[in-house]
Amino acid sequence: MTIFNPPKASVTAWKTSLVGIGLAMLIMSLPAFAELGGDEASVQADQLHMQAVRRISSAAAYSVHEIQVPTGTLVREYVSPAGKVFGVAWEGPALPDLRQLLGPYFGRLEQARNNRRGRGPLIVHEPGVVVHSGGHMRAFVGNAYIPDMVPIGVGVESIR
Amino acid sequence: MRSVAILLLGSAMLTVAGCGGHTSNNGSNSGSNSGSIPTSGANVQPIVVNSGPLGNYADGVFTSVTICVPGTSNCQIISGVLVDTGSYGLRLLSSAVSLSLPQQTNVTGTPVAECAEFSDGVTWGPVKTADIKLASEQASAVPLQIIGDPNFSSVPSICSSKHGGPMDDLNSLDANGILGVGPFRQDCGGACTLPLAAGNPGFYYLCPSSTCTQTQQPVSQQVQNPVWLFPQDNTGVIVALPTVPPGGAPSVNGSMIFGIDTQSNNALGAAKVFTLNSSGNFTTVYPASGGKSYSSSFIDSGSNGIFFLDSTTTAIPVCGSNASGFYCPSSTQNLSATQQGANGTSNTVNFSVANAMTLFNSNNFAFNDLGGPNANTFDWGLPFFFGRNVFNAIESQPTSAGPGPFWAY
Repeated sequence: MTIFNPPKASVTAWKTSLVGIGLAMLIMSLPAFAELGGDEASVQADQLHMQAVRRISSAAAYSVHEIQVPTGTLVREYVSPAGKVFGVAWEGPALPDLRQLLGPYFGRLEQARNNRRGRGPLIVHEPGVVVHSGGHMRAFVGNAYIPDMVPIGVGVESIR
Repeated sequence: MRSVAILLLGSAMLTVAGCGGHTSNNGSNSGSNSGSIPTSGANVQPIVVNSGPLGNYADGVFTSVTICVPGTSNCQIISGVLVDTGSYGLRLLSSAVSLSLPQQTNVTGTPVAECAEFSDGVTWGPVKTADIKLASEQASAVPLQIIGDPNFSSVPSICSSKHGGPMDDLNSLDANGILGVGPFRQDCGGACTLPLAAGNPGFYYLCPSSTCTQTQQPVSQQVQNPVWLFPQDNTGVIVALPTVPPGGAPSVNGSMIFGIDTQSNNALGAAKVFTLNSSGNFTTVYPASGGKSYSSSFIDSGSNGIFFLDSTTTAIPVCGSNASGFYCPSSTQNLSATQQGANGTSNTVNFSVANAMTLFNSNNFAFNDLGGPNANTFDWGLPFFFGRNVFNAIESQPTSAGPGPFWAY
């Protein structure tokens, strides 16, 4: 297994050179979530007890760990060249285990709900972390990222 | 005396708001919408947008639901129930229900409970059975969820790991219950009949003791959207709300009309039909001209604003902690987006986003210009409904435009 780790200083150059080459895909049978802000190594250490398929796509500025959760939901984890999980995203019929996925930021959800006026998608928008939990019953969609960890040149809209 | 003073004050504000001389941007380009709202009929249920049971809800549409012990005239009216086209099935706070409703059990007599999921949290509690009456319609022996039941106080860790502690009281739910009347029949469907760890979302639990474990749940035993179980007028729901002026109104009365193409007051007519994918979603293109496509878009009366994209993409600033979760532009933004059904129908919708903090600091509770950020998607919440009669056709139910699920307006 090879995770593409370009030198941080030349992210833009790598990105340019990779245009047209496409994404390298690897399929693994290891089920795992890494928590937001954690090390890439935690993808291995922090395994959930489920039979999920993980697919890793490597692009210039980051690699994506795509995890098909047995509840039918697709989780994507975005790992920076520095080896940090800087973003996560989910889409599917059930919410993922957000305690696992958001790690130390999980408590912000309940806090945001308590502060929110009325019902609707839940947003955490702090300097240290951004979380969007949206969608509707039977079709959830959401993402979370740590602004300071997002590699230079990567738009947060790509965390999806 | 005090209530008279408040009433006078309220009507004075309404008058001022109504004479503001502004032009509403909401409701334009809605095409076929007639604008007339049926207010009487055996299939017409009154709804109201107001401050809700807690007195501080913004853009919440509420109604009263009558529940009865199945097959009896032992009934109770529950007020302050949120009308939610983004979910399916009735959920009521245990603290609001005084009736003793029968507990659902599996074939071996073990009680069934549910961890139902919403974008802003979960609800936990037993599945019980009731007759549900809305307008003059009745659905009999319908599975529903009781939230915050003290006899089911031990929340499974799988459930509380989804989104934090459950919404289990008036303060956390902001309503006495949620009436899910969206375009699906059940809150899960066929997926919950699959083996666990093989595609089953795992919403349902068996509770032989205080410890509950996930279980497969037959479709007919799942919590049901009551509308499709009515003997008639069961094809869908029309949510009809009048326009509100910029800056909002203290409260707005409207109607929820049951059935599509079943009575003279619920004909689809020339309304534009937007069919949905298997997730209940359609596509929104934003900006309307030359924008990007967002395929996980939906219409949801239970979302209290139009929630779209993120602050980085829209360049609209989010509010501070006093209006967390909403947009706070320095001046009202007039925007447009195009809705596209799976069937190719498209329509451009104009909408506005005002400063949520300013709106919340007014004495109004119904707003057509409340918005906020979201996750790469478009959630057309309650502001979309003002000034429209919005048809929501339930899956597999027949209409003149074919079976649901679809939206039309």
